[in-house]
Amino acid sequence: MAMTLNIEPNIAAPDDFYEALIETHRDLSAEQSHLVNAKLILLLANHIGDLTALRQAMARARAGVATA
Amino acid sequence: MGKDYQKLEFAFGKSSDQSARVPVRHPVVVVGAGPVGLTMAIDLAQQGVPVVVLDDDNKLSIGSRAICFAKRTLEIWDRLGAGQRMVDKGVSWNVGKVYFQDELVYSFNLLPDSGHRRPAFINLQQYYCEGFLYEAAVALPNLDLRWKNEVTAVEQHADHVQLTVETPAGDHRLQAQYIVACDGARSPLRKMLGQESKGRVFRDRFLIADVKMKADFPAERCFWFDPPFHRNQSVLLHMQPDNVWRIDFQLGWDADPEEEKKPEKVIPRIKALLGEDAEFDFEWISVYTFACLRMDKFRHGRVIFAGDSAHGVSPFGARGANSGVQDADNLAWKLKLVLAGKAPDELLDSYATEREYAADENLLNSTRATDFITPKSEVSRTFRDATLKLAKDHPFARRLVNSGRLSVPATLVGSALNTPDRDPFAGSMVPGAPAADAPVRVGNNADWFLSRIGGEFGGVYFSDNGRLPAAIASALGALAQGAIPIRTLVVVPPGAKVDTPPAIAVVEDTQGMLAQRFDARDGTYYLFRPDQHVCARWREFNPDWARAAVARATCNA
Repeated sequence: MAMTLNIEPNIAAPDDFYEALIETHRDLSAEQSHLVNAKLILLLANHIGDLTALRQAMARARAGVATA
Repeated sequence: MGKDYQKLEFAFGKSSDQSARVPVRHPVVVVGAGPVGLTMAIDLAQQGVPVVVLDDDNKLSIGSRAICFAKRTLEIWDRLGAGQRMVDKGVSWNVGKVYFQDELVYSFNLLPDSGHRRPAFINLQQYYCEGFLYEAAVALPNLDLRWKNEVTAVEQHADHVQLTVETPAGDHRLQAQYIVACDGARSPLRKMLGQESKGRVFRDRFLIADVKMKADFPAERCFWFDPPFHRNQSVLLHMQPDNVWRIDFQLGWDADPEEEKKPEKVIPRIKALLGEDAEFDFEWISVYTFACLRMDKFRHGRVIFAGDSAHGVSPFGARGANSGVQDADNLAWKLKLVLAGKAPDELLDSYATEREYAADENLLNSTRATDFITPKSEVSRTFRDATLKLAKDHPFARRLVNSGRLSVPATLVGSALNTPDRDPFAGSMVPGAPAADAPVRVGNNADWFLSRIGGEFGGVYFSDNGRLPAAIASALGALAQGAIPIRTLVVVPPGAKVDTPPAIAVVEDTQGMLAQRFDARDGTYYLFRPDQHVCARWREFNPDWARAAVARATCNA
């Protein structure tokens, strides 16, 4: 069964996560941060694995962002 | 030093057709004597269909051009008796290496398991490939190869096509029941029919420098992303026979093609890769762009398109010439049956359907590889570099790296010619799949499974214990008698002796690989098309099912 993207709270310590995310980018230029983000997305995507869930996440991320 | 195939020039010979009062009609005229046209013509002629080949030139390929010939292509040439020379001359390879900046990020083996007659690839200059095919072609008495014969007009009629052919001895008309247009990416026949090949043109330029030198790189495909010696671009290195090396530099869209071809521009690029002291001579220099495109329909009445005339891909993946040879493999047996009146004309529509499907698969792979190699935006580039950076230590990321998904034949799933499975089977040998190879023994001789099937419909009966019940033997034998015969092969375990009627050949599955690759058990029966694709399979043999499957595969159902 294909997974459905979970949009309900799933992170036990949300503030800890958010802090760690921002901390990951400390002292990086925008360009370096882009690279780190890309690596992060790839690592997490592989962890999730399910293409249906990944496509749903991509669609949600893109929703409401107009073309440049 | 062998024959210099690039220097051969073939004399024009005036055909008696040119003096005929009324245009002479041939069953098949193949237009274009490249790898695809020659393969097509040899296959037809060997199957007993007289064939005329027209080529507007009188030389073989100038320059190495296509160099990577895939396992499946070699297996097709094996069926035509032309594979061994290619492999003997070619450089066999299975391993590819991918570098990012200054380090190796991973290597892959395209053929990790043993028990295959042919390697994943050989590298061989196109002029050798064409030269060997040419020599095989001229040895066939029913194959008439006409150089300096340029088709200038084509006219479709209800039961034939009429061509106007220009030659040094003037022009003449020629008729054919079917034309196979293997006349290349710029296909004049396609234009004459008012058709086009549509798709995506990529805004990038690449430089091919084929150089002759002594070097100790291994026989592997080496691909660099953004290497120190060619910043921000990619480089591909391949070994060819005769100490020739293919080096392919990505240049970017703004490069001036005429300027980049000049030796004074190319030499520093090569020295950056090989070192200041490198000594080499140029074999061939070319700057190219490419597009991923295809014709909407590969068949237009009695004109059938095959190879680059029908579809074009980027070179990363070696899917151009290889898919063209597979087009020929698909079409030859169908033309033969239709011309013999043993199958309706609609069988030729299945060529178009099946090979359009294969072309789409090749185009998809080729387009994806190109998007990875030539990122179209900043963020695309960022993801590309992130993937490459992760690849060194993260196995998952290696699967995302795309330096070209190298040519594998299409499994024709969903083809109307397949008989769907009624019994469960594991593995990849589904109806529509090109047959896997395996080592076998015939009498005292080591042989290969793929050299025992093909050319005709083939039925393969697996016997686990080496016994063949008399009723089955007689029913298998009877299948050889139909209008479209099925030639039987019985597979037995090593050392088993089985008595069969003379019409039935027996092979020993020496290492058990055949049964394993086909998930076969005692009594399993596979039916193969003349192009070695799986047509149908069952857990038990029933001659009526086999006949029905052949009828379906030939549009006679």
